[in-house]
Amino acid sequence: MARALINMPTTARRAEVIEIRTLISHPMETGYRRDSDGALQARDILRRFTCRYDGEIVFSAELHAAIAANPYIAFHTVALASGVISFSWEGDNGFAQTESRTLAVT
Amino acid sequence: MKRGAVAVALLLAACAAPPDTRRSGLAFMTPATQALQRDDTQNPGMLWVQDGAALWSRAAGTSGRSCADCHGDAPRSMRGVATRYPRLDASLGRPVDLGERIAQCRVRQGATPPPAESQERLSLQAYVAHQSRGLPIAPDDDPRLVPFRERGRQLFERRIGQLNLACAQCHDQLAGARLGGSTIPQGHPSGYPIYRLEWQSLGSLQRRMRNCMSGVRAEPHAYGAIELIELELHLMQRARGMPLETPAVRP
Repeated sequence: MARALINMPTTARRAEVIEIRTLISHPMETGYRRDSDGALQARDILRRFTCRYDGEIVFSAELHAAIAANPYIAFHTVALASGVISFSWEGDNGFAQTESRTLAVT
Repeated sequence: MKRGAVAVALLLAACAAPPDTRRSGLAFMTPATQALQRDDTQNPGMLWVQDGAALWSRAAGTSGRSCADCHGDAPRSMRGVATRYPRLDASLGRPVDLGERIAQCRVRQGATPPPAESQERLSLQAYVAHQSRGLPIAPDDDPRLVPFRERGRQLFERRIGQLNLACAQCHDQLAGARLGGSTIPQGHPSGYPIYRLEWQSLGSLQRRMRNCMSGVRAEPHAYGAIELIELELHLMQRARGMPLETPAVRP
């Protein structure tokens, strides 16, 4: 399982705009590089990032080969109600990881 | 008369302590890379620190003991430890750096020692060194280290490789100047292990020095070689008093 760091507030006022920052460890191997023997290294990148707020998609991104290893994705959303915010990364070789955090809205 | 003596004493003090012109590699980076290091929520090195924290309390090897079982709470027990390495290992009769010490501990735990630059070793090293962030580098004053440190200084000043360059020529004499597109830093080991953007990964001081050696087209010393430890000793002495930044980000 890849390591992921998620930084977001645990509480927020209703209708407040909150910032969410995510960092995940991933090599993001482009598929264009050659190893020391000259053989092409197979592509291994994250393809999609999705953030769901109580099941509803509030942010998503497509990732491509030119994105650096250990991608950092930061975005904003509006705190509507207390609930679970989940983060999923999907990629090559069946990579799939989901993390979730709870947000308390007052 | 007395006032004169005070003036002389002040003058002497001023002569004895010239302004410190040493600068961490942080000062030579672009504002964007500096921001990446300073914000823990962006700094990719924190992924290894987080991993190290998990490894710290996980039982390893046949002993079934974790680092925490002997060393306790790392923020307290490991505070300042990384500022003193490399230190002398009495049983080996030579200095070892922090990574090698961690590998030795793994052997005591009855586990296979993590090889140089392995994820396990770098993570634990980053986690331990992170506990000293902000503390001044304070090399061990053990007199038995003196000959090793002196050899490190000589290695730093010796020309090597097809380009016939010594470390000191760039990092002492040309620091701040440009090498191709990059600024030459003063070469202070104040943030290791570092997340280097060129590597897209965390790496040790030994890896960085080996990079420089192949850069001047010399045969790099093997990981763990005494020459690299001696260079580490000299570099830490040279950076004495500078604050540790682990995990630093470098271009």
